[in-house]
Amino acid sequence: MTTTTITAPVPVRQPSQGNRVAWVVADIATMTKRNLLALVRTPEAVFFTTLQPIMFTLLFTYVFGGAIRVPGGHYIQFLMPGIFVQTVIFGAMSAASGLSEDLHKGLIERFRALPMSRSAVLAGRTTSDVVRNVFVVALITIVGYAVGFRIGTNVALFLCGALLILFFAYALAWGFAIIGLSAPNAETAQVMVFPLIFPLLFASSAFVPVAFMPGWLQAFAKHQPVTQVVDGARSLMVGGVLHNSGAVVAALLWSAGLLVLLIPIAVRKYRRVA
Amino acid sequence: MANSFNPTLAIEAHDLVKVFPRGNVRALDGVSLEVEAGTVLGLLGPNGAGKTTVVRILSTILGPDAGRASVLGRDVVSEPDAVRRIIGLAGQYAAVDENLTGRENIHMVARLSHLSRKVSSRRADELLEEFGLAGAGDRVLKTYSGGMRRRLDLAAALVANPPVLFLDEPTTGLDPQSRQGLWVAIEELVRDGTTVLLTTQYLEEADRLARDIVVIDHGRVIAEGTPAQLKADLGTSVVSVTLGDRAAVDRAVELLTPFSEKAPVVEDLVIELAVRNGPKAGADVLRSLDAAQITIAGLALREPSLDDVFLSLTGHKTTIEESGEEAVAKSKRGLGRARKSDVADGKDAA
Repeated sequence: MTTTTITAPVPVRQPSQGNRVAWVVADIATMTKRNLLALVRTPEAVFFTTLQPIMFTLLFTYVFGGAIRVPGGHYIQFLMPGIFVQTVIFGAMSAASGLSEDLHKGLIERFRALPMSRSAVLAGRTTSDVVRNVFVVALITIVGYAVGFRIGTNVALFLCGALLILFFAYALAWGFAIIGLSAPNAETAQVMVFPLIFPLLFASSAFVPVAFMPGWLQAFAKHQPVTQVVDGARSLMVGGVLHNSGAVVAALLWSAGLLVLLIPIAVRKYRRVA
Repeated sequence: MANSFNPTLAIEAHDLVKVFPRGNVRALDGVSLEVEAGTVLGLLGPNGAGKTTVVRILSTILGPDAGRASVLGRDVVSEPDAVRRIIGLAGQYAAVDENLTGRENIHMVARLSHLSRKVSSRRADELLEEFGLAGAGDRVLKTYSGGMRRRLDLAAALVANPPVLFLDEPTTGLDPQSRQGLWVAIEELVRDGTTVLLTTQYLEEADRLARDIVVIDHGRVIAEGTPAQLKADLGTSVVSVTLGDRAAVDRAVELLTPFSEKAPVVEDLVIELAVRNGPKAGADVLRSLDAAQITIAGLALREPSLDDVFLSLTGHKTTIEESGEEAVAKSKRGLGRARKSDVADGKDAA
């Protein structure tokens, strides 16, 4: 180890109003890139997180599908938007374990001693989760096509439906981030999110029509956000008897509301973890 | 108690207090210290004494509950971003990203320090070269040894050429060769004008690198000065007797205790006595052991080491070094938690 003389001094730039915003964006981009690189370097993890929704698609289509009566009569048309939502929610859950790991490996400590934006670690994590979710949704669409799913509206509306789902997952990821920063370790973070997600996902219209549920459960299932997002996505992706513009609006409001609520809590939590 | 900035001081801390509500641990109970620009301050103390807490406050990671501190005149509480632009931090857990390559790690820290892409790439090349990692720069960190990770961690801390560097137990768990290498690197930085605050459990490390030493225990400063001053203040030298026979240890200890200024330190066949007048005490020891017909395998007289100073100050030896695996297990258990429990351990030991 020899210290070579540094050829030119390193300019440490002082912030001006203009580049302060640019720096926040650059910080988020750096963190997003870092998370995506980690993703590319662990293909096993990507493989298994993609395998799961594929299995759900096949399982629900061929095992349960025949026994479930749905509006419109085609279960696969009913199911696919639900599978998309399930996929992105599971994808967003990695925000919890990922942040927990960063925290306990000392990386967040390092980030906190750098002149970077306070929210970039969280924003980078949730953004890279969106990128991954886009990839997985595209893949699941192909699998859906293979088992008989067809876009019932048009490609533009289908993409709007996909955006609606991704927006919701992005909002949820901020909630998972809070859990990740609160959990004692990555494994616990992972199991902490399940009891939160399972009732929301299964007591929703994602896999079966809410009308089949007992009355007391319907009251919850009809109004909770996952149902709104699934119904909104169905309206945009499949349409026809599943058209429901009220759900689209409700889904957008839920997602925006969650973001407004969760981002400040997550950033506050990040500032305080030590 | 200078309210204005003293330009010769790179780091100032006044009466820092930090209480961890969980377990109600008073991690810092009024710590003050000053580091002159261009020098190395060694912050010593047993596990849980509060060393890491001091570093975390000075590097803006943690806010103090009371007291104030500044780095190059910038207040760590009111101007944290300004402080972050002029410091580098290398911690005991080698905070590097496992999934990235060495080059990507440095590049990431450079970008987050708001260096341009071009400068970031140049710095990554320079630092990999400087720290002997040029060949491993494009390998994912999972393949790095513990020593390589530490070097990369230090390299990343230096990316923006910070004038002030915090090193929190930089060589804990490293093999002697890697430790030497890191020492040389730190010495070169100091020669180039960098101010360093170094925490360590290795007194040899402090003795070699630090111009001044602050010893803390239970969140309070219990001694400060240069290594030479601290040793001189101890006022004693050490007579070290190695016995030939294990069966004689208890009797020899009983016999030699009156010669020692404090309780003799016994390790296996070796008995160490703290004495005022070394040569005379050595002769006395020999005579009395001879009279009791206890055979000795060796006798040595030495000046006190920082270890002796530490023992005398804190009542216990510096903690046995952690192995690399333990350090990793600890970091997996949770950084914040691990440190807080260390604080609790420290209290228990007292």
